[in-house]
Amino acid sequence: MSAAGPPLGANAASRGGAAARAASVGAMSSVVLETRSLVKRFGGLSATNDVSLQVERGARHALIGPNGAGKTTLINLLTGVLEPTSGSIALDGSDITKLSVHARVHRGIVRTFQINQLFNGLTPLSSLALAVSVQRGSSAGWWKPIGRDAAVAAECASLLERFRLADVMDQPVHSLAYGKRRLLEIATALACRPRVLLLDEPVAGVPEGDRQEIFETINALPADVSILLIEHDMDLVFNFARTVTVLVNGAVFAEGDVATISNDPRVKAVYLGEDDMVDAQAPHG
Amino acid sequence: MSTGKAALSPAARSLRRYARWRWWELALFAALPLSWLLLPGQSLLLNEIAIVALFAVSLDLILGYAGIVSLGHAAFLGFGAYAAALFAKDVMPDPLVGLGVAIVASALLGAATSALILRGTDLTRLMVTLGVASILYELANKLDWLTGGADGLQGVVMGPIVTPFGRFDFDLSGRTAYAYSLIVLAVALLIARRIVHSPFGISLQALRDNRLRASSIGLSVRLRLVAVYTIAAAIAGAAGGLLAQTSGFASLDVFDFHRSAEVLLVLVIGGTGYLYGGIFGAVVFKLLHDLVSAWTPQYWNFWLGLFLVVLVLVGRERFVRPWTWFRRKA
Repeated sequence: MSAAGPPLGANAASRGGAAARAASVGAMSSVVLETRSLVKRFGGLSATNDVSLQVERGARHALIGPNGAGKTTLINLLTGVLEPTSGSIALDGSDITKLSVHARVHRGIVRTFQINQLFNGLTPLSSLALAVSVQRGSSAGWWKPIGRDAAVAAECASLLERFRLADVMDQPVHSLAYGKRRLLEIATALACRPRVLLLDEPVAGVPEGDRQEIFETINALPADVSILLIEHDMDLVFNFARTVTVLVNGAVFAEGDVATISNDPRVKAVYLGEDDMVDAQAPHG
Repeated sequence: MSTGKAALSPAARSLRRYARWRWWELALFAALPLSWLLLPGQSLLLNEIAIVALFAVSLDLILGYAGIVSLGHAAFLGFGAYAAALFAKDVMPDPLVGLGVAIVASALLGAATSALILRGTDLTRLMVTLGVASILYELANKLDWLTGGADGLQGVVMGPIVTPFGRFDFDLSGRTAYAYSLIVLAVALLIARRIVHSPFGISLQALRDNRLRASSIGLSVRLRLVAVYTIAAAIAGAAGGLLAQTSGFASLDVFDFHRSAEVLLVLVIGGTGYLYGGIFGAVVFKLLHDLVSAWTPQYWNFWLGLFLVVLVLVGRERFVRPWTWFRRKA
C-alpha cells in the first residue's frame, strides 16, 4: 500500500527515455484498437460497464484498478474469449466484435495470461516453434517435420535466448520451475509477433530481481507495437506506461497520462481504502 | 555435412532431433517383416494382431495426440469393413481398390461425425461416440437387404492382390493376408509418423494440452480436430477393410461395443501419445488372450481384468521394469 502513496509520481519524473519515445511515435499516433460502449454482464453483475477505450499505435497503456474491477474481463472481451453483451470492438477501424479468438490473433491481437496457460506436454522449444509456425502460416503443414524449417528454428533460438530458456528448451513444460514457465508464457505471446499485445499481470509471481528484465524485453519491442498492460505494482506501471486507464467496478473511472493519474486524489483514494473509493466513485456512478 | 551441422544453432539441432529415428523404432519396423519370415505357422494370429494394432494406432492419433476420448471408434472400423465387403461382393473383388473404398468411406463418415465431438466435455464425447457406433450397429442390423443383417455379409470372395511383382492369392494359411496387413500397417505408421512430427502434429498436442492457449496463438481448434478425426477415421477404415478382406466376411460384430472397448484397452496397455503404443498393446493383448483362453477359456475376462488392475496400480513404466517393483522409494 505504501507504493500507492506519495511515491506515485516520483518515478514518472525520471522517465526521460519513455517520454522521448512518446514524442517520436506521437507524429504517427492513431487509434489501433477501440471499444465502443462495451458491456459484459454475468447475470445481474456488470463486469464491464460501458467501456469506451482507445489504444493508440505504439501505446504503452496501463490498465489498473482494484481487484474485481473487470480488467481481465476486458482482456477476455478484446481477445474474443468472451462475447460482449453489447457494444463493439474495432481494430484499425474495422469491426472485430464477432471474430473468433484465433482470427483476432491473425489480425495481431495477442495476449498473455494472468495464470500460465502453457502446453504442458510440449517442450519450450516445440511450444515456441509451433507459435512461430502459426505466425508464419506454416502450421497446417502435415508432412514436413517442424525441424526442417530453418527460419522457424532461428526465431525460436532468438526467443529462447532473450527469455533465458535455452538451457531448459528440451525439458517438458510441466517440469519447469515457475519462473521459467512465466517467461515461456510471455515468450509464447511474443512468438506470435503481436501488433497489439495485451499483458495480464506479466510479472505476477516473478521474483523481484527478474521483473525488470521481463520489462526490458517488453520495452525492447518495436515502437509501433501497442501494449496494454494490467499490473498491480504501481512502480512498474508508472515506469512503463505513458497512458493509464483506471477501471473501477467495470467502468472507466479515470484516464490520462501518468503524471495526471498518479496525482489524481480520487485514484489514490481508490487504492488507499474501500470507503474512500465508494465516495470518490459516487459522482461517476 | 559436418560443416552444415556446425552452423546450426542448438535450438535448430534440437528441433531436428524430434523427427529423428530412434533405434527402437528401426528395430520395430525391422521386426514386422521378420515376424512374417520367422513365424509362418502363426500368420492367422499375427494378422489379427496387425489389424488391431492398426486400429489402435488410429485411436492413438485422436486420443493420445489430440486428447479426444472415444468409446465408439468401432464405428469407423465397422464402416470400413462393410464398405470393403460390399464393394468386393457387388462391384469388384480387387482388394487394393476395395481397401481404398473402405478408407474413403470411413474418412467421409469421420468428417461428417466430427462436428459431434467439437463441443462439450469428455463425458459427452464418450456418450456421443458410443451413440454413433450404436446407431451404425442397428442400421447394419436393420438394413438386411444390403448388409445381411444379423447373419452378416457372407460369400465375400476376394480376388488376388495384383502388384507389379506378381499376383498374390489369399490362402488358407493366411500368409498372403498377413503380408498384406503388415504392409498396410507399415505404410499407415510411416504416414502417421510424418504427421505427428509435423507442425500439424505438434498443434494437435498443443490443443490437447490447452485449447484456450492453442486458440490464443492463432490455431483454429475446430478445423484441426475435424482434420485429425477424419485422418483417424480413414486409418480405422483401413483396419476394417483389412479385417473384412482377410477374413472374407463382415458381421455386426465389427460395430460392437466390445471392439471399441478392446482397442481402448490395447492403448491403455501399450501407452498413448507415442504412436507405437497400439502395436505393443496389440501384441500383449492378443498373446495374453491366446495364452489365457487356451488355458482357461471361460475365465479369460477375469485374468484380463486382473492384469489391467495390476498394470494401472503398478504403472506401465514400472511394470516393464520388474527389478524396480520392490525397490524402496528414494
